[in-house]
Amino acid sequence: MTANDVVVARASEVAAKPPLERTLERKGADGSVVAPPWLARKTAERMAALGKLLRTTAFKLTLVYLIVFALFAAFLLGYFAWNTRRLINEQITETVDAEIQGLGDQYRQGGIRRLVFAIEARARRPGSSLYLLTTAAGEGVAGNVGSLATGILDNPGWFETVYRRVDEQDASEHHALVRVDQLPGGFHLLVGRDLEERERLYDVVLSAGRWSVAIVVVMGLAGGFFVARRVLTRIDAMTQTTRTIMQGDLHERLPVVGTGDELDRLAINLNAMLERIEALMHGLKEVSDNIAHDLKTPLTRMRNRCEEALRAAQSETQYREALQGTIEESEALITTFNALLTIARAESGQARDDMVAFDAAEIVRGIGELYEPLADDKGLGLKVEAGTATWVRGNRELISQALANLVDNAIKYGASGGSVVNGHPAEILLKAADRGDRILLSVADNGPGIADADRGRVLERFVRLEQSRSEPGSGLGLSLASAIARLHGGELILEDNHPGLVSALSLPRLPPPLPTA
Amino acid sequence: MRLLIIEDDRDAADYLAKAFREVGHVADLAADGEEGLAHAIDGQYDVLIVDRMLPKLDGLSIIGTLRSKGVATPALILSALGQVDDRVKGLRAGGDDYLSKPYSFSELLARTEVLARRHGGREEMVYRVGDLELDRLSHRVTRGDGEIVLQPREFRLLEYLMKHAGQVVTRTMLLENVWDYHFDPQTNVIDVHISRLRSKIDKGFAQPLLHTVRGAGYMIRDSK
Repeated sequence: MTANDVVVARASEVAAKPPLERTLERKGADGSVVAPPWLARKTAERMAALGKLLRTTAFKLTLVYLIVFALFAAFLLGYFAWNTRRLINEQITETVDAEIQGLGDQYRQGGIRRLVFAIEARARRPGSSLYLLTTAAGEGVAGNVGSLATGILDNPGWFETVYRRVDEQDASEHHALVRVDQLPGGFHLLVGRDLEERERLYDVVLSAGRWSVAIVVVMGLAGGFFVARRVLTRIDAMTQTTRTIMQGDLHERLPVVGTGDELDRLAINLNAMLERIEALMHGLKEVSDNIAHDLKTPLTRMRNRCEEALRAAQSETQYREALQGTIEESEALITTFNALLTIARAESGQARDDMVAFDAAEIVRGIGELYEPLADDKGLGLKVEAGTATWVRGNRELISQALANLVDNAIKYGASGGSVVNGHPAEILLKAADRGDRILLSVADNGPGIADADRGRVLERFVRLEQSRSEPGSGLGLSLASAIARLHGGELILEDNHPGLVSALSLPRLPPPLPTA
Repeated sequence: MRLLIIEDDRDAADYLAKAFREVGHVADLAADGEEGLAHAIDGQYDVLIVDRMLPKLDGLSIIGTLRSKGVATPALILSALGQVDDRVKGLRAGGDDYLSKPYSFSELLARTEVLARRHGGREEMVYRVGDLELDRLSHRVTRGDGEIVLQPREFRLLEYLMKHAGQVVTRTMLLENVWDYHFDPQTNVIDVHISRLRSKIDKGFAQPLLHTVRGAGYMIRDSK
């Protein structure tokens, strides 16, 4: 077959199959009864919904419970019926035994006459008792039994048999439980009870059983359907939401009904997970935005500088200067880049792996010691108040870096307010303080401070307030400190120092470790 | 100094080799992990410069294998992964120093020279540079006839500089080895510490010992 043949075959197939819509229309035109397409669609939808329902876990569970329960109910009723029958039989045998005993006594005391008399008297009483006395040859002498199954009277013992009563005209057969006894003199004595009562009771129990099983099945099915529907609606809502989320809308949250059941707990946990993912995605997006926006500026500057040098530089000195400038610019870029990476890592929680318990006061002293000469150089006093041990759990290096950034800022801006404030020389105070369940590592300066309105904003990346534009820096110092504080379950607090700024890392406090022997 | 540079980026490797040769060292190149490992086992090198991510065998595995074979040549790990835990991993694997990309050549040169010397071993109890003397046991520093009183940190700073006397020591090296911080501070705090130290050891003496090396760092040396 060539490729052309295939095409032809396909085309003929298409021609042979008229579209469904047209088939329906034509049939309608013929006058035959055809369901309108919308109804067919609706039915198909319903079938699909039903199919989905039948496949649900809730429905399957209900079905299994239902079967187990119905079987149990049937067994219970069966046992009840059987036991009732046994009880009735027992009662019958007991009374029949007693009567045979009594009639036997009559026979022994008064002979056949007295026995016949007694039997006639008893047989006339209304009730279900049966009596028959026959001769050895089988001729009836007395009693209320008309006919019997053959051969019953031949042997003594218990029998369940059919019989007819003497006084009944319709000649219908009844069931009875009888005992045959042989009296001295060749007479056969039969005493029994009609079983109609027992059968009727049995029937009542059986039909009650059938009904109750039927009701159990119907109710169970309805209940299962209802439960499955209810659960299914909620799960469907969840599925719908997750689908929206998968399509990229991370703001969506799963519905929480508020009953606190398993589905609610699941939804709450999934929502918490989504929250975290969204925060991470947001952080990632912000970083890439910032990189795009703020790294491009220095890169452009660098490029311009190089171009300018290529175009206009006359001497080796000028080239050298241009190259020097380029290296400085690229170093600043690397610093910015590293800070961004550290922020991203802190925000994604990656650095959480290597956290240890350590004394934060020691870090405060260390950073104080590192920066003291620099502060001194700028004409600022730097005081450290970190006497007692304050234990926190975290990444030592990162907390040192955060604190170093705060001190760096304090030194940068603390001197700009003049070297004398309120009659005192301007100073920077580094403090490690224990505030109950928090440890505050604070840096206070006497600089211009940050206006209330700007305090939230300065924590954002690359935000540098107007008055600080002239100072060198990436604008990442505070946001880095803030990200590090959040990584440790704390926060960066900015407050007024009257005058100046207090910036503090507030970290969760750890109980001091037990001294190791 | 004989160096082996194991780096798969041709341009970077050539640049490094050229730069090392320009300052008078011998540099061999290996372009992948297996070749590098073979060279490092056979050759007599003073320092290995190992990129962390390499084809065939990664840098940390090379160092691990070398150490398990008893080759103790100091190794400096170069890596684009510069976070604290990455460097801890590198040092734990048997590396002697860790430098994250991008780095400046002067930083790399200073570190390799220090590594080569450290391997030679300079663990005297008293360091001497010119008439400056530092006694590591009694923590006494004297220059000429007079004693110089230093703060504990200043002592450690001077000790580190004198241990590597005649070698360039960068600011990052000082921050890492004297203060044990591995982040870059926004302002250059080290410079102020150095100028304080300088005023204590060089002030009033005709011959300065503590020199600033432009674009690289500091060096303590007897310039006579």
